[in-house]
Amino acid sequence: MTIHNQPVRTAAEDQLRATLDARVAQDALPGPLAARIGEVREAALAAFRENGLPHRRVEEWKYTDLRALMRDAFAPVTEISDGTAAEGHLRAVTFPGARRIVFVNGVLARQHSDLVGLEPGLSVMPLASAIAKGHGAVEKLGTLAPQRYDGALALNTAFLGEGLVIHVADGAKIARPLHIAHVFTLDDAAATYSRSLVDVGVGASLTLVESFQGRDGVAYQQNDAIEVFAGDDSHVDYIRLQEEGDTAIHLGTFMADIGRDAKFHTFGLTSGAQTARLSVYGRFSGTGSQAGLRGVTLLKGRQHADVTLLLDHAVAQCESRELFKTVLADESHGVFQGKIVVRPDAQKTDGRMMSQALLLGETAEMDNKPELEIFADDVQCGHGATAGDLDEDLLFYLKARGIPAKEAEAMLIQAFVGEALEFVENDDLRDALIARAEAWLKKRAG
Amino acid sequence: MALLEIKNLHARIDDNEILKGLDLQVNAGEVHAIMGPNGSGKSTLSYVLAGKPDYEVTAGEALLDGLNLLDMAPEERASAGLFLAFQYPIEIPGVATMTFLRTALNAQRKARGEEELSTPEFLRLVKEKAGHLGISQDMLRRGVNVGFSGGEKKRNEILQMTLLQPKVCILDETDSGLDIDALKVVSEGVNALRSPERGMVVITHYQRLLDHIVPDVVHVMHKGRIVRTGGKELAHELEASGYAGYGQDAA
Repeated sequence: MTIHNQPVRTAAEDQLRATLDARVAQDALPGPLAARIGEVREAALAAFRENGLPHRRVEEWKYTDLRALMRDAFAPVTEISDGTAAEGHLRAVTFPGARRIVFVNGVLARQHSDLVGLEPGLSVMPLASAIAKGHGAVEKLGTLAPQRYDGALALNTAFLGEGLVIHVADGAKIARPLHIAHVFTLDDAAATYSRSLVDVGVGASLTLVESFQGRDGVAYQQNDAIEVFAGDDSHVDYIRLQEEGDTAIHLGTFMADIGRDAKFHTFGLTSGAQTARLSVYGRFSGTGSQAGLRGVTLLKGRQHADVTLLLDHAVAQCESRELFKTVLADESHGVFQGKIVVRPDAQKTDGRMMSQALLLGETAEMDNKPELEIFADDVQCGHGATAGDLDEDLLFYLKARGIPAKEAEAMLIQAFVGEALEFVENDDLRDALIARAEAWLKKRAG
Repeated sequence: MALLEIKNLHARIDDNEILKGLDLQVNAGEVHAIMGPNGSGKSTLSYVLAGKPDYEVTAGEALLDGLNLLDMAPEERASAGLFLAFQYPIEIPGVATMTFLRTALNAQRKARGEEELSTPEFLRLVKEKAGHLGISQDMLRRGVNVGFSGGEKKRNEILQMTLLQPKVCILDETDSGLDIDALKVVSEGVNALRSPERGMVVITHYQRLLDHIVPDVVHVMHKGRIVRTGGKELAHELEASGYAGYGQDAA
């Protein structure tokens, strides 16, 4: 006999189930793809009903027990209730030279978005319109979801409605970075769900930036998921800046399918939210491709941030590089779980994964869990993880030249994170991210 | 008044007493050499003066131009005019040499209530001084000492000393790891800094360096104290006789 050890439902789970039931009853999707998307949503809803929020007995969520951390759940915001208020609070970051599209409280804010004069070959459409109009790319929605149940993604899919469908035609090289800015501006806690799909055609290129910001002191929850399809010979750069308000919960899911001979690079800079989780699912589906997944996480106070990554070398001759740097001050808690799977056919795989943590606080904590699962026999793979504090000898050298202690520390932290930041290819974006990291260090130094 | 005055200095690392009552007085315009066998405490003296945290001063005092060095943080000592040229300059990946030099120089100027140098002023200054020491623009762009040869690291130390214009320079075995050409370049850099307002302490195991940087006073250090003081001819005498007269246990 099997004993089902089904934990008691939490209040947040009950609220979420009730909200979802109400939403399904009133929110029918229009258009030719409604049935297909309806099924994807229904499946996610059913999975959530059965499994609920992820908790510590789910291996991928071991260090980020959402069942315990998410005390409340809120209905998603469905419209911008007060455009002027949004404008007043809107201090979303801008990146030089980038085209910006803004989501306010999870809802596309057209008045703040630059959607005119799109480059030839680039199309950007609200998700609902793309479903209604039967945009071909929408067929791919939900196809990159992992086999195993992922509670944050299931919620995102069950609440699916707001978001963008971005399509880059075959051969189109979009030089100007495209920036999706998410800002939370409300005085009261609420939830936002955004879901985007990015389809980059054969031989095309795109630089995409997503940023997340919001009000301090408001316990809002942003749940964002993005699926990126990088076509054969494509070149995709994805930058993610997470600077949510200090009591927010940020749940992010990044999924990517990488075609043949593609170049695919992601970089995440995280310094926001009380509790942050980023799940990354990457899959090589064509040979000869190169992927670089990198990130810097800066934590202080009692912040908690978790990056959990699964990279699937499903085919041969691909190269992957992962480098994650975490700086932990005070009593913060960082998590890196990285798993590289090399399938039996994925010969000549070249994979290197490294996670490094710099512990500045006596009670800061880092959980590092790199894993390799290799089923092919002719591969080069390696992983490493380190955790330590600032090197006293380096500090002394700087101080002996007259550099004050705080400034010396900041220089060394900057150097530590700089080793990852230097991989951001676009000069303007790299400089902007370095400036954000420097601002964090300045603020911390006081 | 002496620029650097050390009286009865005792210091230890863990439970190991290394400086055992050291006295030294360096006047403005003088170059002093401190020689001695390995383990006599020469490098410890330089670290204690610069404020390395591993060392604990248990007695005595050290004054820089009348100010009590031992009460100051390492960065305050530097701003007050103390400079230690490290025996083993450290590599700092990710901190560009240029950024490091500028941060150090401006931090010291700020601490002394002076105007910070503008970027063009700074660049002009570095270019001129680096040129004399054979330090290329490429080296200045690289991380501090990253990928530098032993000689390049020492030249980088002298460049820092030249830019920072300290009152008292302590050179800790600056000759170690240098071939004769590098030794000449480094010595010329040091000699260019000799001035009636500045004092220097050159720590070395070998007399060779002192052919290039000719000292006014030579001290012999042994078991944590200065045991003999003389003129520059003392260095030659030691070169001939070795440190054998200073106890077998010193070897």
